[in-house]
Amino acid sequence: MKMDIEKVAKLARLELSEEEKGTFGEQLEQILTYMEQLNRLDTTGVEPTSHAIPMVNVFREDEAKPSFPKEEVLGISPDQEDDHFKVPRIIE
Amino acid sequence: MAIHELTIHQLHDLLVKKEVTSKEATAALYRRIGEVDGKVKAYLMLTEEEAFRQANEVDRKITKGEGIGDLAGIPIGLKDILCTKGFRTTCGSKILGNYVPFYDGTVIKKLKEREAIFLGKLNMDEFAMGSSTENSGFHTTRNPWDLARIPGGSSGGSAAAVSADECIAALGTDTGGSIRQPASCCGVVGLKPTYGRVSRYGLVAFASSLDQIGPITKDVEDCAILLNGISGYDPSDSTSVNIEVPDYKQFLTNNVKGVRVGIPDEYFIKGMDPDVEKSVREAIDLLRKLGTEVKKISLPHTPYAVAIYYIICTAEASSNLARYDGVKYGFRSSRYEDLIEMYGRTRAEGFGKEVKRRIILGTYVLSAGYYDAYYRKASQVRTLMRNDFEGAFKEVDVIVTPTAPTPAFRIGERVGNPLQMYLSDILTIPVNLTGIPAISLPCGFSSEGLPIGLQIIGKHFDEGKILQVAFAFEQNTDFHLKKPTLI
Repeated sequence: MKMDIEKVAKLARLELSEEEKGTFGEQLEQILTYMEQLNRLDTTGVEPTSHAIPMVNVFREDEAKPSFPKEEVLGISPDQEDDHFKVPRIIE
Repeated sequence: MAIHELTIHQLHDLLVKKEVTSKEATAALYRRIGEVDGKVKAYLMLTEEEAFRQANEVDRKITKGEGIGDLAGIPIGLKDILCTKGFRTTCGSKILGNYVPFYDGTVIKKLKEREAIFLGKLNMDEFAMGSSTENSGFHTTRNPWDLARIPGGSSGGSAAAVSADECIAALGTDTGGSIRQPASCCGVVGLKPTYGRVSRYGLVAFASSLDQIGPITKDVEDCAILLNGISGYDPSDSTSVNIEVPDYKQFLTNNVKGVRVGIPDEYFIKGMDPDVEKSVREAIDLLRKLGTEVKKISLPHTPYAVAIYYIICTAEASSNLARYDGVKYGFRSSRYEDLIEMYGRTRAEGFGKEVKRRIILGTYVLSAGYYDAYYRKASQVRTLMRNDFEGAFKEVDVIVTPTAPTPAFRIGERVGNPLQMYLSDILTIPVNLTGIPAISLPCGFSSEGLPIGLQIIGKHFDEGKILQVAFAFEQNTDFHLKKPTLI
């Protein structure tokens, strides 16, 4: 097995059922084996492409612009209090 | 011809001549949806009240004798990945099942300015991950040509709705073929623009270096009209490109004399359906007869496309989808003790299997110790693939291939085998990896009566040339005029 699926799931903050761990494990093993064909190619000195169109940093003037209204943004969140998103206690 | 069967340009002519009102057209489309969507299941949500409000406004203008643009009053459908202010946008996912955006995406804003009518939101594979709509968190859309088959994906709802005359045209999105493959499966026209041609602002992100919005239409002229309506630079999307947008209708000349057409051997893969190969070979013969110069070319890195793609798209997806954590919007699990558990359960309950599989794969290929072996390696081979196309486009103006290796497959046929499902996209993926534009249009039918698609690929920002070739092909064939029987 190439992948420690429990470790990866933890990194991804994704709970998996035992059944999922089993089937994904098998399927991903097959997919990763398929991907190994890339190793047949010698890519020494080849620059990686992360964007197909040449990209440069885009700058704009540092001017304040209106944001979305707070009540609209908070209004679609699962839980909120005053002007904040509400989550379970993080710090004891 | 019934109103729901019309194209954009046909309906526009009738609106201008005051033979039909936009309200009548909108009502005709909703009637059609009522009649056939129980079978096709293309829509996730209808927005009738707002559609009729928009239609009445356009009709008032026409009555007053004001001129209208060529999209005004035209009822279209939207893939449910496009943010619509005040209307639920689910992305085919339970995790966004209750998400109502407070803003419009740029393409929605543009189409509203052009006074198009929005009929509703169309089904898709969850987060655009799939080739069949079987990964939708809500239901599977059926192929109007054979209800036991998939409509293609991920924009399967859009392609099926256009094919079944449940909208005049639709928008889809394409990350690895998600406009072209369903267009091919459903016998309609679909175009993926050059990366950066159309703003992605308000498009729910899957793989940001590959995603692009594009038209799905009944013919090539409509495709040019809708592309005109959505193209252009947008300061809100820093990857949109600030170069002039031509009027794409000017390329619809029905003249392709001297256009150089490249045929890559590598796209006629082993295992290709013989009916697909036959139709595409006949299409190439026709292009030759119409005066194009057809020549063989080679794109040697084609066999690596699927491997590169499923490393890059899953890597990008795993980081894009990190935002669905139950905090700011969307679904939150009710079963948790602490924050970490809230994240993990929310994502476990909110995401479907394919999305989870891709998040795991993407997280793995980006994780410490594996990044170089997978992500960096794939990005390097992506460069080699780009070089393939750059070399080819020195010799030819467009490249012609099949859109998909087979016609639409049966529902359920590939669900248990993700790798086999991924291989459905092998002929469409290279275009996304290299950022170039491509169109799929009908070029025949299989012995079982299923549509077959022809893919025409162009250079960066050369949508005009692929529309020119597509239009000439369409003018000299009648595949696009055939319709499925649903009633």
